Amino acid sequence: MKCQQCERPATFHITELTGGKPQELHLCEEHARTYLTSSSGGEPAGAGGMAAALAQQVQQMAIGQTAEELAQLDQQACPVCGITFYEFRSQGRLGCPHDYVAFQPQLEPLIMNVHGESEHVGKRPRCTPGSSEKRTQLIRMRREMKESIENEKYERASELRDQIRRIETGQAS
Amino acid sequence: MELKELTQSSGEWLRGNGPEADIVISSRVRLARNLADFPFISRTTPQDRVQIERILRDSIIASQVSADLLYIAVDELEGVDRQLLVERHLISREHAEGQGRRAVAIDKAEKFSLMINEEDHLRIQVLQSGFNLRSVWEQINAIDNAIEQKVTYAFHERLGYLTACPTNVGTGMRVSVMMHLPALVITRQIEKVFRSLQKISLAVRGLFGEGSQAMGDFYQISNQITLGRSEDDLVQQVSDIVPVIIDYERQARQFLIKESQENLHDRVSRAYGILRTAQTISSEETMHLLSSVRMGVNLGLIADLQIADINELFIHTQPAHLQKRTGNELGSSDRNIERARYLRQYLNREDGAQRAEKN
Repeated sequence: MKCQQCERPATFHITELTGGKPQELHLCEEHARTYLTSSSGGEPAGAGGMAAALAQQVQQMAIGQTAEELAQLDQQACPVCGITFYEFRSQGRLGCPHDYVAFQPQLEPLIMNVHGESEHVGKRPRCTPGSSEKRTQLIRMRREMKESIENEKYERASELRDQIRRIETGQAS
Repeated sequence: MELKELTQSSGEWLRGNGPEADIVISSRVRLARNLADFPFISRTTPQDRVQIERILRDSIIASQVSADLLYIAVDELEGVDRQLLVERHLISREHAEGQGRRAVAIDKAEKFSLMINEEDHLRIQVLQSGFNLRSVWEQINAIDNAIEQKVTYAFHERLGYLTACPTNVGTGMRVSVMMHLPALVITRQIEKVFRSLQKISLAVRGLFGEGSQAMGDFYQISNQITLGRSEDDLVQQVSDIVPVIIDYERQARQFLIKESQENLHDRVSRAYGILRTAQTISSEETMHLLSSVRMGVNLGLIADLQIADINELFIHTQPAHLQKRTGNELGSSDRNIERARYLRQYLNREDGAQRAEKN
């Protein structure tokens, strides 16, 4: 689908409920950014939700940074699940819990934008996951197993499968 | 319990009672949770999703959240059955239209549903008729605690519960009420209400939640912020604003009665008349007319219908419900005919006791 204001593909689909009749907008990233940041005006930044926050952040990132630096930021990948920051920006969804650590410098302003706060004050689970390292180990191992299978390194894959099983049953006890 | 039993009973939100039920249809709390040992949905392999589903299914059953639980493999359902669950507010549209292994566990009274492998690994939802947020929060908190004893949630010391989308991080909690605001729409004040809600970080959405249009003058009011406030505070934030909106709506209704009683009565009567006699009718028109009739019942302008009847009509005139009722695949124009037939049969019964049982 094309952007309603230019020839580029529309990646933002916005339904506005502020008028009498709901309005559907289909915009490319640039026009969406313009639309969302101009209509936010004096309202809280989180008003447009994720889309607006992302658009705003891209705009902020662009200030004082070259296209090359932006591209570099986008290329950053999570060591556990492999998702790049660019992929996150395109789909609006993160790849694994470790992303919150791996992309911390980029995510912090985004989270601030959406929530106006950066620290959780609500309930906590009775037992927390423990060291982030140990938890993400399983995610990393599963990913490596999948890649080994794809590369036809079946011995390595079954080694990993056994290791994963041992850790899982170890935790179940 | 089977899926088809659902269509014969009335769900929780249809009951039409509970506090302020003339304006507040239902109160709902949703919690988003993920297992610590797996990637988020977007980076899962099909095998991951099978494993996640198995782990969560076992935990839900083991935690005994309900004596009478219906567990449904959504990916194995036919399209019309998935749509049925959406119409009953038991799963989201995203869940119905998603890919891969996914499921939902619901209780017989349709008060709560636990979606597995939607946007997050686990989405718990509890809803109740009327304005009842405190009670709903207590129930969902208990369910969350029970499941949490069986699994390890992804949780960050500083950021709280970790979710696939950063807009849900922290409490992972969405608190919402569904309200019927026809008078504010007629008196053109609804926009003002939207703007003031936006200023205090509350979101307004249409009948089926995120991404939908407002149909039948139903609006869902919910919190936008999930981080930096406690769950109690978020419940309080929405609870505080609801009476204000109820008040606006009631005042707008009184205004309409005072200033244009004849017009109002005419509008409501015409709506009722069309519903009782149309030979073919779309679901959009049905929603629109039912909204007027609902207001008419609330204001005492229509005496022979109850709110529970209207709520039931809202649900049973939806596409998938109609199709399950007739047992046939229906094209759009056939559905419109069937819908009209159902409405005529329901609304023209002379004896009120013959109407479908109200639970």
